[in-house]
Amino acid sequence: MLTIEKLTKTFGGKTAVDSASISVDRPMMIGIIGRSGAGKSTLLRMLNRLTDHTSGAIRFEGREVTALRGAAKREWQADCAMIFQQFNLVPRMDVVSNVLHGTLNKRSTLATLFNLYPDADIHRAIDILDRLGIAEHAPKRAEALSGGQQQRVAIARALMQDPKIILADEPIASLDPMNAQIVMDALRRIHEEDGRTVIANLHTLDTARRYCDRVIGMLHGRIVFDGTPEQLTTGTARDIYGADASFSEEATSTQIDALTRAKVAPVHA
Amino acid sequence: MSDATGIRLIHDDYIALTRRKRLYSGILLAIFVALMTSGFMLADSRNAGGFWSGLHRVLDFPKTVVAEAVDKAAELPGHVVTYFPALVETLNIAAVSTLTGALGGMVLSMLATRGMARWPALIPVFRRIMDVMRAVPEIVIALVLIFVLGGGPVPAMIAIAFHTTGALGKLFSEVNENASLKPVEGLASVGANWTQQMVLGVVPQVAPNYLSYALLRFEINIRASAILGFVGAGGIGYELKNAMSWGQGKYDESAAIFLMLFTTIVVVDQTSSWFRDRLTHGRRVEMLA
Repeated sequence: MLTIEKLTKTFGGKTAVDSASISVDRPMMIGIIGRSGAGKSTLLRMLNRLTDHTSGAIRFEGREVTALRGAAKREWQADCAMIFQQFNLVPRMDVVSNVLHGTLNKRSTLATLFNLYPDADIHRAIDILDRLGIAEHAPKRAEALSGGQQQRVAIARALMQDPKIILADEPIASLDPMNAQIVMDALRRIHEEDGRTVIANLHTLDTARRYCDRVIGMLHGRIVFDGTPEQLTTGTARDIYGADASFSEEATSTQIDALTRAKVAPVHA
Repeated sequence: MSDATGIRLIHDDYIALTRRKRLYSGILLAIFVALMTSGFMLADSRNAGGFWSGLHRVLDFPKTVVAEAVDKAAELPGHVVTYFPALVETLNIAAVSTLTGALGGMVLSMLATRGMARWPALIPVFRRIMDVMRAVPEIVIALVLIFVLGGGPVPAMIAIAFHTTGALGKLFSEVNENASLKPVEGLASVGANWTQQMVLGVVPQVAPNYLSYALLRFEINIRASAILGFVGAGGIGYELKNAMSWGQGKYDESAAIFLMLFTTIVVVDQTSSWFRDRLTHGRRVEMLA
C-alpha cells in the first residue's frame, strides 16, 4: 500500500532524514517516536509533499508520490491529510468554514474565494464535527475555541478531505492531558471505524504504546526501531531517546493516571 | 455528541447563517458592479473625446515614439550623455529631500508617539501637523514656491521634503509604537535627557525599519522629482516635457529620457531591496542566536 524507500532529506550539510525505508501493507495506526530533532516531522512533511525530498522514493497504491508535480501533487495532498501540532487553522474564520477547507482541492477556485460551498458539504462538515463532539461550536470563530477543540476542528478538516492516509505531526504536544486523550481517542476511532491509515509523530512513549499497532523509532534521522508496541522494551526505548538508565517511561507520560506514579519515580538530575 | 433534535437545529441554524451571509455578499457585489458601471458611464459622458471612439488610438503615441527612436537609434547614446546631468539633478533633489524629510519625520514621529513624546499633551498637535504635511500635494507646494522663488531645484527639494516629512513621520510613529520602552526607562534612570533617551534608547531599535521605509520613500521621491520638472523645477522632468511636446521631431530624445528614468528606478529598486533584505536577514540571524 505505502512504501517508503531510502528516503533522505538534507538541509545544507545536515541530514534530517537518513535513508528511511518503511513498508505498510494494510491500514493501521503507526506511531513514530524519537527525540526532538530526530527527523520525525521532516519525514511526515515529505509524505505530504510539504517539504521536498533529497533522494529516495515514496509510493502509494501505484502512485510515485515523490515524482508528482503541480495539480497531481495537490491531488495527492488532498488524499493525504495532515494534522499539525499548532492546529494551523485560519483563526478568523468560523469552524465550519475551516472544516470546509478540506474540500478546496475538489472545488473551483472562484467559488471557494466567495465561500460558496454546496449545502451537502456544509451538512457533511457539521456531521463530522458532531462525530468529534464539537458541533455546537459550528458558527464560532476558530480562534475562540480551546486548544483541544481546535485540534478536533483540524481533525474534522482532515476527515472532510476523505483522505486515504492521515498524518499527525505531534497532534497532542500542545494539549493538556485530558484534551490529549480526547484527540488520541478520536484518531484511534477514525482508524478503527473508517479503516484509514493514521501515522502520528508522538513525543511520549506511553501514548504510542497505548494507541498504535506499530511503533517506529527514529534517532538522528535513521529508523532504529520498527515493530509492535510489545517488542518495544525499556532498553530499546532508551536507545531511541539516547537516554541512560535513569530514563523512565512515566517521566515522559501525559496520561492522567500515570501522573501520580511519575512523582514516585526516582529522578536523577 | 448532541441528540438528534439538537444536531438538526445546528444544521438549520448554520445553513440559515450561510444563506444570510451569501445574501449580504450578493447585495454588496451588485452595489459594487452598479457603482462601477454608473461611474464609468458618467466619466465617459464627461470625457471630451469619448472613451470608446478614442480607445483604438491609445497606442498611437507610444507607436510614434518607438518608431522615431528606432529610426534614430544611433543618436541614443549621445542623448544619454546630454541628459545625464539632468538625471543627476533629479536624483539629487530626491536624495536631499528624502534625507531632510526622514530627519524631520523622525523628530515629529517621536513627538507624536505615546510613551515617548516630550510633551504628551501636544501629541494631537504634532499628529495634525503631520496630517497637514501629508495632505498637501508636492506639486501644489512646488508651484507656489516656484512662483515666489523662481524655477530651479530648490523649490522642488523643499516641496518634496515637506511632503516626505509628513509621510515618513506617520510611518515612523507606527514603528515607534512597537518599540520597547524599557531601554528608554533605563536611560531615564541614569539621568539622560529626552534627546539622549530617544537617540540612544529608541533609534537603535527602530533604525532598520526606518531605513526600510526611507528607501521606499526615496524611490517614490525620484518619480515625484521627475514630475516636478514638468512645472519648471528643473531636472530630467523639464527636459522630458520639452522633448515630448507634439510635432517637434524630438521623440528620440524623449525615448532616451524614458530609458534613463526606467533604468534608474530599476537600479534604485534593486539596490534598496537588497539593503532591506540584508537588514531583515541580519535580524533573523540575531533572533536565532
